[in-house]
Amino acid sequence: MATRYFGVAMKRREDPRFITGRGTYVDDLALPGLVYAAMVRSPHAHARIKAIHKEKALQHPGVIAVFTGKDMVDSGVKSLPCGWLLPGMKLPPHYPMAVDKVRHVGEIVAVVIAQDRYTAEDAAELVEVEYEPLPAVADGAKALQPGAPAVHDEAPDNVCFRWSIGDREKTDEAFRRAHRTVKVELVNQRLIPNAIEPRAAMAQYNPATDEYTLWVTSQNPHVHRLLLAAFVLGIPEHKLRVISPDVGGGFGSKIFVYPEETIVTWATKQVGRPVKWTARRRESFVSDAHGRDHITEAELAVDEKGKILGMRVKTIANLGAYLSTFAPAIPTYLYGTLLSGQYEIPTIYCEVTGVFTHTTPVDAYRGAGRPEATYVVERLMDVMARELGEDPAEFRRKNFIPPDKFPYQTPVALQYDSGNYEGALNKALEVIRYKELRQQQEELRKQGRYIGIGFSCYIEACGIAPSQVVGSLGAQAGLWESALVRVHPTGKVTVYTGSHTHGQGHETAFAQIVADELGIPIEDVEIIHGDTGSVPFGMGTYGSRSAPVGGSAIVLSLQKIKEKARKIAAHLLEAAEEDVVFEDGKFYVKGVPDRFKTFQEVALQAYLAHNYPPGLEPGLEASSFYDPKNFTFPFGTHIAVVDVDPETGKVKILRYVAVDDAGRIINPLIAEGQVHGGIAQGIGQALLEGAVYDENAQLLSASLLDYALPRADDLPSFEIDHTVTPCPHNPLGVKGIGETGTIAATAAVVNAVMDALTPFGIRHIDMPLTPEKIWRAIREARAA
Amino acid sequence: MKVPVTVTVNGQVYQREVEPRLLLVHFIREVLGLTGTHVGCDTSQCGACVVLMDGKAVKSCTVFAVQADGAQITTIEGLARNGQLHPLQEGFWEMHGLQCGFCTPGMILAAYDLLQRNPNPTDEEIRHALEGNYCRCTGYHNIVRAVRYAAEKLRVQA
Repeated sequence: MATRYFGVAMKRREDPRFITGRGTYVDDLALPGLVYAAMVRSPHAHARIKAIHKEKALQHPGVIAVFTGKDMVDSGVKSLPCGWLLPGMKLPPHYPMAVDKVRHVGEIVAVVIAQDRYTAEDAAELVEVEYEPLPAVADGAKALQPGAPAVHDEAPDNVCFRWSIGDREKTDEAFRRAHRTVKVELVNQRLIPNAIEPRAAMAQYNPATDEYTLWVTSQNPHVHRLLLAAFVLGIPEHKLRVISPDVGGGFGSKIFVYPEETIVTWATKQVGRPVKWTARRRESFVSDAHGRDHITEAELAVDEKGKILGMRVKTIANLGAYLSTFAPAIPTYLYGTLLSGQYEIPTIYCEVTGVFTHTTPVDAYRGAGRPEATYVVERLMDVMARELGEDPAEFRRKNFIPPDKFPYQTPVALQYDSGNYEGALNKALEVIRYKELRQQQEELRKQGRYIGIGFSCYIEACGIAPSQVVGSLGAQAGLWESALVRVHPTGKVTVYTGSHTHGQGHETAFAQIVADELGIPIEDVEIIHGDTGSVPFGMGTYGSRSAPVGGSAIVLSLQKIKEKARKIAAHLLEAAEEDVVFEDGKFYVKGVPDRFKTFQEVALQAYLAHNYPPGLEPGLEASSFYDPKNFTFPFGTHIAVVDVDPETGKVKILRYVAVDDAGRIINPLIAEGQVHGGIAQGIGQALLEGAVYDENAQLLSASLLDYALPRADDLPSFEIDHTVTPCPHNPLGVKGIGETGTIAATAAVVNAVMDALTPFGIRHIDMPLTPEKIWRAIREARAA
Repeated sequence: MKVPVTVTVNGQVYQREVEPRLLLVHFIREVLGLTGTHVGCDTSQCGACVVLMDGKAVKSCTVFAVQADGAQITTIEGLARNGQLHPLQEGFWEMHGLQCGFCTPGMILAAYDLLQRNPNPTDEEIRHALEGNYCRCTGYHNIVRAVRYAAEKLRVQA
């Protein structure tokens, strides 16, 4: 097959609509008779609802209805489900609107439906809720203390689950015979995703057909449909159509089934009008699922030669007030299983306590468990290297899993399929000119300037699979992907993918795959996604699964198309099927390339079926469901170089080098863009971002004024390179690239800052590394 | 109580009666149906709603429609002329300066304002000028390249 599109840095086919203002996001949609919903949200983190008075709001001109949680439950609405169950886990109900108690600031207590957005907001202020405030707790460790206010009666000690992985006794034994051990206490602070498009939902009910349509900002519309229909609202699944059109960024936060889309889908039938809700940014802050929020004690043990003997990790994971859709999986199977990193670690033991608090629910946010694991591993590697007086790069190199040991079985369940960790490290060291940089660092220190070099040699597990395995670990879903390829009579092709793009560029990258495989111009290919009305059941996009799982599903369907087309071509060419070659969009008999049938001619014959192989069905389309054999394992080395001003504590990133290995790259332009964005979010966590709750569990950082997202002038330009170790078990040889940057960058930047602060004897500062924190640490160190 | 306003948007004159509290962004999106201008935060931080008002970039979530009475507004829909993309639009496409596309209209119009004032900005000046526009997807790397592309193209054209 002559490669024409795969690997080419094509500019994106979706861009013309976005750069001219012709994208279609949920809030851009309108329907005749549309009315608007405004949510009445709790100002308290924990309170009993004594009464809700709707009267004043109902009297307000333009108000159509006011509903409470009780109204919904009385009409049969059920709890929002949790899609990942762990043994012995507590699963308290989570109704779309609070019924008796509120358990976090921002929880919905009532909804106002009115003729326009402004009126709905006005009337929401008129709903009078009588609360009896109760004591609240926001911090995961404090929630575990005796006497802490309980979030749910079902879990009086606030423990949702206790989970562990690895061999405890073997690990304890490794620590007993260790030459040297180090211990770090790390807070992986809570983050708020902040996709720039706020979540939105619009629902319409047709009483004549009993059908619902929901337009929602979703990364996985079929998952939304299944959970809303079968678990929450009791709508027959085939009577609910979910459409997720252009979506303005997700980063995990648009995976989950939230109260708001549930409320508008239910309310549209009640009021007999289409209903729309769009989050205001303050609502996004208190209601989008948050990320991270771990408190961890981690230890590493080495022998006399500096080879790792074992790792021990204890983590408190704050889950928030309710279990969001995939919450239990994130601090367990997506975290503990990654603790081996790129290293040969004979034994690991990790225990995680999942804790309820009076805060917004926590779930997957870009990287989801894997950045937390990488932060633990890479901080430990740095602290140990410094303890041993070894160069951090060389200490890592010494402990890498060597390339000849793959497939490699870690002590924490995963089997890595492939890797060449030293290759990526060497390339990164070369790009950054490591030796010179260390010399420069020495010289600058003499002049009172403190630069630091930080490493992050990360591993990622993405395209989580296979379904049978994830099912045995608690997933309530399969994690395959679907693709329907429909060839039209003229040879044009429409592909319906179960993946969903919200910035990742599927309309381009997937079309590159299709055009190559069928030997047709890319203009002849259309990629359709995000509509349960036309796309086969799909699992959607998260966990960097679109290329390895979604892309592979498309390849399977293309193979079926080609097989059938070959039969038709053989008939037309009056040749045996096995003698027919397909190349560059043409079928011909081996050795006779001048006598051929084009793909388009074959497609037409598939629909005419006049001159046709006996017994073969007409038509040319195929659907596939691809269930991967394993995860894919991207890896790489990121190096950050920072300059810390000891007088102000301000960190400036001087250089950022990323060498990633995501296997074969479909479109380098898109892949690099994914890496850039990931790095920005990782740097955001290291230096800027963090949710702040006060002692009453009020969210203090609930606006973009109070929560520091990275801005253009906070970031450097990035130096991107890669190595290519193809994934051995999927047909494209691709791995995921969407989360690598976020997984790697946080640890690289923190390690760089700590490296810069070495002369002050500062070993660790918790993120975000704000100027104030660094300035205080330097002052304290100087005073000591 | 509604008041009359006359606003020229992308060269077309619109006369409407609006509530005095109606934000310009809602006037553009919901009254005129031009949905290319986005709302990302409604507190003037994110910049998704940037439009040009009498040639200058404004955050249209912080301007009342009545304040735009008599003004000339350009939104993203009005930037391309005669089917020809503006060099900034071209730059964002060529340099992959967008992913989800939600911040893009505001980003392009904020960059338009910069290039009017400073036709040959350094990377640092581009980053400084765009600090009022959040992008969560690109890490800004390719946005800077896109603006540089447009600046060069505009200088050649001038």
